[in-house]
Amino acid sequence: MPMPSFDALIIGAGPNGLAAAHRLQSAGRKVLLLEAGVPGGGAAACVPLAEGFAPQPLAHLSLNLDPRVAHGVELARHGLRWAAPDLATTALSPTGGHLRLDGPAGAALQGAVSEADRAAWAALRARLMRFAAVLTPLRQMPPPRLARGAGNPMLKLAMVGLKARMMGKAEFRELLRMFLTNVHDALNDELTDPLLKGALAFDATLGTWLAPRSPNSLLLWLDRLSGGVGGVQGAIGLPAGGMGALASTMVAAVQAKGVSLRSNARVARVLVEGDRAAGVVLDSGEEIRAPLVVSSLSPKATLLGLVGSRHLDAGLITRARHLKARGGAAKLHLALRGLPDFRGADPKTRLVIAPSEEAVERAFNPVKYGQVPEAPVMEIILPSAFEPGHAPAGQHVLSAIVQYAPHAPKDPEVARAVLLEASLRQLEAHAPGLRSLILKADMLMPYDIEARWGLPGGNWHGGELSVEQMLFLRPLPGLAQYATPVEGLWLASVGCHPGGGISGSAGWNAAGAIMGVGK
Amino acid sequence: MSYDALIIGAGHNGLVAACYLARAGLKVCVVEKNNWIGGAAVSRELYPGFTYSNCSYVSSLFRPEIMRDLELSKHGLQILPYEGGAMFTESGGYLGMFRDHDANRREMARHSKRDAEAYDRYARDILRHCRFIRPLLMRRPPDPASFRPRDLAELAWLGKQMFDLSEMAMYDMIRFWTMSIADYLDEYFENPVVKAYQAVGSIIGTALGPMSPGTAYVLLHHAMGDVDGNVGAWGYARGGMGSITKALAASLRAAGGQIRAGVAVEQVLVRNGRAVGVALANGDEIRASRVVSNMDVRRTFLRHVAEKELPGDFVKRVKAFKTRGSSGKLNIALDGLPRFTALPEGAPNVKGDMHFTDSIEKMEAAYDDWKDGRFSREPFQDVMIPTLIDPTMTPPGKHFMSCFVQYAPPKIEGRDWTDADRDAFGRACLDQIERAAPGFKNLVLHVEVRTPRELEAEVGLTEGNIFQGELTFDQLLFNRPVPGYADYRSPVRDLWICGSSTHPGGGVMGAPGRNAAAEILRDMKLPAKDMSDAYAVL
Repeated sequence: MPMPSFDALIIGAGPNGLAAAHRLQSAGRKVLLLEAGVPGGGAAACVPLAEGFAPQPLAHLSLNLDPRVAHGVELARHGLRWAAPDLATTALSPTGGHLRLDGPAGAALQGAVSEADRAAWAALRARLMRFAAVLTPLRQMPPPRLARGAGNPMLKLAMVGLKARMMGKAEFRELLRMFLTNVHDALNDELTDPLLKGALAFDATLGTWLAPRSPNSLLLWLDRLSGGVGGVQGAIGLPAGGMGALASTMVAAVQAKGVSLRSNARVARVLVEGDRAAGVVLDSGEEIRAPLVVSSLSPKATLLGLVGSRHLDAGLITRARHLKARGGAAKLHLALRGLPDFRGADPKTRLVIAPSEEAVERAFNPVKYGQVPEAPVMEIILPSAFEPGHAPAGQHVLSAIVQYAPHAPKDPEVARAVLLEASLRQLEAHAPGLRSLILKADMLMPYDIEARWGLPGGNWHGGELSVEQMLFLRPLPGLAQYATPVEGLWLASVGCHPGGGISGSAGWNAAGAIMGVGK
Repeated sequence: MSYDALIIGAGHNGLVAACYLARAGLKVCVVEKNNWIGGAAVSRELYPGFTYSNCSYVSSLFRPEIMRDLELSKHGLQILPYEGGAMFTESGGYLGMFRDHDANRREMARHSKRDAEAYDRYARDILRHCRFIRPLLMRRPPDPASFRPRDLAELAWLGKQMFDLSEMAMYDMIRFWTMSIADYLDEYFENPVVKAYQAVGSIIGTALGPMSPGTAYVLLHHAMGDVDGNVGAWGYARGGMGSITKALAASLRAAGGQIRAGVAVEQVLVRNGRAVGVALANGDEIRASRVVSNMDVRRTFLRHVAEKELPGDFVKRVKAFKTRGSSGKLNIALDGLPRFTALPEGAPNVKGDMHFTDSIEKMEAAYDDWKDGRFSREPFQDVMIPTLIDPTMTPPGKHFMSCFVQYAPPKIEGRDWTDADRDAFGRACLDQIERAAPGFKNLVLHVEVRTPRELEAEVGLTEGNIFQGELTFDQLLFNRPVPGYADYRSPVRDLWICGSSTHPGGGVMGAPGRNAAAEILRDMKLPAKDMSDAYAVL
């Protein structure tokens, strides 16, 4: 073998692969990071938009970058800056009566909202933030196993339970009641303003294959609220230079640590010898050997694609096949010749089009049947309004997450065109004249996302985030502690606990688990 | 005149509670606003010579322990298991169901060989989930926020039940409790008709579609009962569902209890924070040492108890208790037996439950209508002809048909149902049956169409919810009906609740009434007489 030998191979240089690589290398392992495309980024990796415009990432905001990763990798020292560390949200009204939510998770409300609703939202927000904070420590450990003598971190778990109970009897009971409730009821029990409820319902279900009325949806809102930026719970941030800059900063940090990185190295399969991982085979046929293989590709792609049924038992293969990974969100990029005017809304905010919680629900209805919604709901940012460099002077980039989108429509080409048209109609209704500014439009449907980012079903979380696929059930029962039945092969993907976003948590946790188990 | 216990509402749970209390020696009276008893378990002659089970229509959930304890068969109750059922397909075919597992398997193989094989695994897994839940039905749910020894012991017991399963079985159970039935069935079956048939039990009575998480549990709620020890089997009460409450009434009278029909309660009388009786609509008062309400929690506390007697937090939670109705009902007198053309002559399937919604997507689309405040344009129906097995309900040669229909919202686009809405709803259902059984409409002698409006007005079920409260996890176990009050008590001393709003929820089960009686007797430090514990024999 001409290659120098490594202690560990990490497949995929997304945030989780990078986080795992950094932590393992820091612990003295010699790590080689293999990336199929250009170095680094995963869902923060960019696709080109138009001549003169900066390429655009899939994930366009940072909501839950793991503080352990940010500090451990020393992102600040490697140059990570924020264009906006605590982005405000504007809930757009087609008539200009916008609501503005400032501060983390909408701490302050501006706009025509009744006093009763303001008070009710303040109380509901405080409660949800409290619940989310109680659950946050669970993100920073491997999920416990439901078995006696499984070596669970009992002290940590007891602390979570104690913290929950310390909220007081009434709050503890509310946590147990609301845990698996739905967003629609949680909102309608307290609030009346449709625009406010719409924006909140949108946030709660963003990136899921659930709608506000779906039971269990509130937990996903709590999951979202357990994140934050720079230690501020619930804050949403836009990195200077966009999410692509966050990705490249992480790459720089990891390389500075001494991790070797190979791009354009697509792994074809994991080499298994005698039920043990022995390395990987690239699609060029090249074999790279190492005693430890860590995959940050989605568990489904890893188990079914890289390992295969020869080395896994039939039950696990069946479960992996049934792992739910339906992407419900599309990504829209527009190159614009000027700044669109959303009826006076501050372009340096996160713009949300979701006129009511019912509108969010209705946007989901057709997607259940593989069809396209007439009036999609969306989250929009204009990165070029915050700082130069995203577009030629005077021109602008609009980046939007469009919900919901079918992941497997009958005719993918038609569905893309129909959703693009519906989205532009929706945008034009809120920013008259926007259509005439368009130089280039790029609509990425879930299947496009699958093709470009390798996420099965186009699901951004490498497997749906839903209660039956969370904690010790994520990605699959029996695999939640990052280890696989193939000795030496580990999972460190966004599809593992704690799941979605550009957080690096799963990679960090997995590296910890590897070091705990390894010599 | 004063009673030891006054029960409001002569539905099955009120009567079950009354029976146990009377057997323990209490002086018991049940008051009922209607001139007949039975609540939603009634047999009524709404067309001359025809007995209708005009609300609930089949039995499986009714706990056999209660039947034995209260000697209901001695008092005339007989459950007749039915054979079969069918899902008619749009293309004119059908998928049949039988009581025999292997017959089911053969029938499924006609649609998909793979599904027939998966059915063994599926049936086994569902049975395993049933085995876990059945012992929980006849116990008071623990309060996880309490440090009282009894709650801790009960929690420990629950934990032990869990940890007695294997690790993987525990994971599977948690998945099952939280999943949508559509996703769950995808893990077993491929054929859309097979999946649609299996999904039926997951939506009945529920304001959710088969793609909503939590519906797999609702399926369990319909699968955990039994007839004569056959778990998951369903049957007809001979003489209609009213036979259950009639037998309960007879058992109650035999134990010395009293029932007064046509007596409407206006207000629960509260003195110094204790319930002391009720004031009636006619101005009379009945005194009692304790009042037990079989009405749903919203009706009980928002209409019949003065708000000043209740803590604000409690009232807020009761107001937020979800009782959205999702179903309607057609009760039809038939001049003869309709011919379902897809079925072979003499097929037993016509004796069971029949449906016309041959895919999960169609069921879900019917739910989308409900969400928008419309009744389903293409409804889901659960159609039965009990007179094929029980000839006592109609004149010879005639038949009674019961059609349970989803979805019907409590309000039509925010306004109340009108008679015209109700008639349009009825027509949509009749047309659907006519398509599967041409000539059916010519046999119709009389139709009673019931929407949530009628269910609320007559039976008193708030918003027409047949379970007295939705069966979602935020309203199950210790959350049902209100966290901290899952022990059948209320903030008012001596005021108890015993209806389906309480654990373990709706269906003609009797468990809430039995559990409430057990708590009352415990509170009085009286030994429960003739009350057997839950058993979990499968």
